[in-house]
Amino acid sequence: MSGPFASLLSRDLRLAARSGGGAALALAFFALVATLVPLGVGSDLHLLSRIAGGVLWVGAVLAALLSLDRLYQGDFDDGSLDLIALSPLSLEQVALAKLLAHWLSTGLPLTLLSPLLALLFGLSGQGTWALFVSLLIGTPAVSAVGAIGASLTLSLKRGGLILPLIVLPLLAPAVIFGAGAVSGALDHLSNGALGLLSAFSVAAVLLSPFAAAACVRLNLAG
Amino acid sequence: MITSLAAEKLACVRGERRVFADLDFHVAAGQALVVEGANGVGKTSLLRLIAGFLPPASGRVTLNTDRGAISDGEERGRLVGWLGHQDGIKPQLSVGEQLEFFAQLYGARDVIGPLLERVGLSRQRDFPCRYLSAGQKKRLGLARLIVSGRGLWLLDEPLAALDTAGRALTAELMSAHCAAGGIVIAATHDALGLEARSLRLEAA
Repeated sequence: MSGPFASLLSRDLRLAARSGGGAALALAFFALVATLVPLGVGSDLHLLSRIAGGVLWVGAVLAALLSLDRLYQGDFDDGSLDLIALSPLSLEQVALAKLLAHWLSTGLPLTLLSPLLALLFGLSGQGTWALFVSLLIGTPAVSAVGAIGASLTLSLKRGGLILPLIVLPLLAPAVIFGAGAVSGALDHLSNGALGLLSAFSVAAVLLSPFAAAACVRLNLAG
Repeated sequence: MITSLAAEKLACVRGERRVFADLDFHVAAGQALVVEGANGVGKTSLLRLIAGFLPPASGRVTLNTDRGAISDGEERGRLVGWLGHQDGIKPQLSVGEQLEFFAQLYGARDVIGPLLERVGLSRQRDFPCRYLSAGQKKRLGLARLIVSGRGLWLLDEPLAALDTAGRALTAELMSAHCAAGGIVIAATHDALGLEARSLRLEAA
């Protein structure tokens, strides 16, 4: 891989993997939430498998949220974003590279971990498969919507605190359709949740680079 | 190839405050311009304005090149080499990784080794940047500036934190850049150590 786009992507991935990058943090958070819920709810496997889709989806969204501030904030604070903005890449391409890096370092690992955590909820094979597929389709939307929030709050002091307030309501459709796909699979119903989730995800990923680039432009001028 | 940079009736407003207004200057290829003035008079704002980060409140900046005049901010930014007062260095990456990343990002073909040699960081190539001193970070910034291969250098306090040898090196690099037909605009309180015109900003 070479070229400006690939170099930005691989650098963001490298930073995510190194100390303080937060990729491992998000995974650990997701695993902890998924472990605590069965401990709190008790050993009623029927109940657990009914709530698994919702709980794991909310857990995944919150875990992804934890690592959002490293998307732009670090580069903004130390001046790297100035240098990246002056590169041959347009800010839209920069936003796409960063979105992709965030998904590869957060959304994808969360998705891969989810079948293991589904075991704790006694989720059936079909349910687990639906969870896996819905996370695979839906986590790019989480990164995409998160990227808009992260770029919007760049120049706010402690913007990380207001970030969930902006991002979480916008992610409600992803959680609803994602968890809906899992319960649909458990009830052997085709409720169209995966289709709606796909549509939401495609729209979010297509729009996000433009919105995030506009926010970055605004913040660099601030 | 850049032939000249011209600012006409340039004004800058930050928040509700007018920072400067009616600023006119002209720099030809091969020249250096030192921006002087008291703290808070808008030196950094002027550099960000030229780089295209800030839109001017009024007036315009035109960069004349052999391919025509550029007055769009973002297009102008594609010709800018930037050394800000923030270092833009990631503590987790090594010196070599940092520079290689920027070389690829800017599509440069330079070999990293000789460049690090030139700024006196070849022994630190595999060091994580968190162990660099402020002066060494500045030297890495200079290496990055060269690797960018850009014609218009915008430098914010380029001499801060540098030792005597570092200052001499900076002056040498700036002279070489001007001699090669580039433009240097530096905001500084110190003597740059090369022949340069000066632009004094006054509070508006």
